[in-house]
Amino acid sequence: MAGDATGYIKHHLTNLTYGKLPAGYVREGENGGELSEATWTFAQSTQEAADMGFWAFHVDSLGWSAALMLLLMFVFGGAAKKASTAVPRGVQSFVELIVEFIDNTVKESFHGRSNLVAPLALTIFTWVFMMNFMDLIPVDVLPTLAALINGESWATISAGQSHTYMKVVPSTDVNITFGLSITVFILMIFYSIKIKGFGGFVGELTLHPFNSKNKLVQAIFIPVNFFLESVALLAKPISLALRLFGNMYAGEMIFILIALMFGAGIALGVLGGVLQWAWAVFHILVITLQAFIFMMLTIVYLSMAHEDH
Amino acid sequence: MDAGLVYLAAALMIGFGALGTAIGFGLLGGRLLEGTARQPELGPMLQGKMFLIAGLLDAVPMIGVGLGLFLMFTKA
Repeated sequence: MAGDATGYIKHHLTNLTYGKLPAGYVREGENGGELSEATWTFAQSTQEAADMGFWAFHVDSLGWSAALMLLLMFVFGGAAKKASTAVPRGVQSFVELIVEFIDNTVKESFHGRSNLVAPLALTIFTWVFMMNFMDLIPVDVLPTLAALINGESWATISAGQSHTYMKVVPSTDVNITFGLSITVFILMIFYSIKIKGFGGFVGELTLHPFNSKNKLVQAIFIPVNFFLESVALLAKPISLALRLFGNMYAGEMIFILIALMFGAGIALGVLGGVLQWAWAVFHILVITLQAFIFMMLTIVYLSMAHEDH
Repeated sequence: MDAGLVYLAAALMIGFGALGTAIGFGLLGGRLLEGTARQPELGPMLQGKMFLIAGLLDAVPMIGVGLGLFLMFTKA
């Protein structure tokens, strides 16, 4: 039973990976045998997913994040098209609430002039919130559905032998969170160079925090400044990505661990249900807070990039 | 790698992170209460800002927890 538990956890921590297995790789299981040439295929086990190395796409993360974005565009875009100046009701009222909230937040924190920041903040907040929200769906529901659609039998799935992996929370995938934060980082540097000029940008990196009137002393300070400033600069996207990843991964982990209780008899099962509910209620706060912080920090970083002294 | 060492590493990562966070949140909460006691009308605004700072404070310990759990369940 203990081995089963580890297998269950590992199953839920594996992404649906589509990638390239190298020539000469030996596959286990039904498709077993040695590959005569490099093949692009879905990974049938955690080991295969790991062995794909760099050439692997996490199809589930990419798919779910794209699907959530389409849903958001549908809801917000639909409300925008049908917007009327009469007293808002229903969807339009909800959309207005969120847009107004983002508008006020950006006005408070952003001290430059840009057409990009407010829509960017709206996108980041709503998208990260929706991706995090997927965490509240009970752990087994969507992966089991995916396995059933894939043609696997109920017996195989309940025995834990399913080959269909699906992680439905994109923000528990480091790649997704780093994708978001690297994009923000690129925007930061782009706007820094655009507003301050390339010389100003380099000056900011090399002339702070140690400054001196003496040219020689200044020249000695430059490498020191550069080291300190570049650490601070790189810490921003890394902490942005890992903060979101860590919070969501830990949350999902606890959901999976509590879900283990469902396999241990009726008494523990009911207790497990209660614990799941309690943790989910607490997690609602974490979800919203993390989306808000990601957006807030994006706005603050872009505001710092727009500073023009 | 010895599986026991991985568990120990994860325990240290999570434990030290929790230590720092506990002290930080305690200080933060205490200042919130003091500030609200001084000026009750600023209560909601201060609470909002407190949550923001709480999220930032949480960041590195959460990174530690995330990495610790990742190591525990995939490397040992």
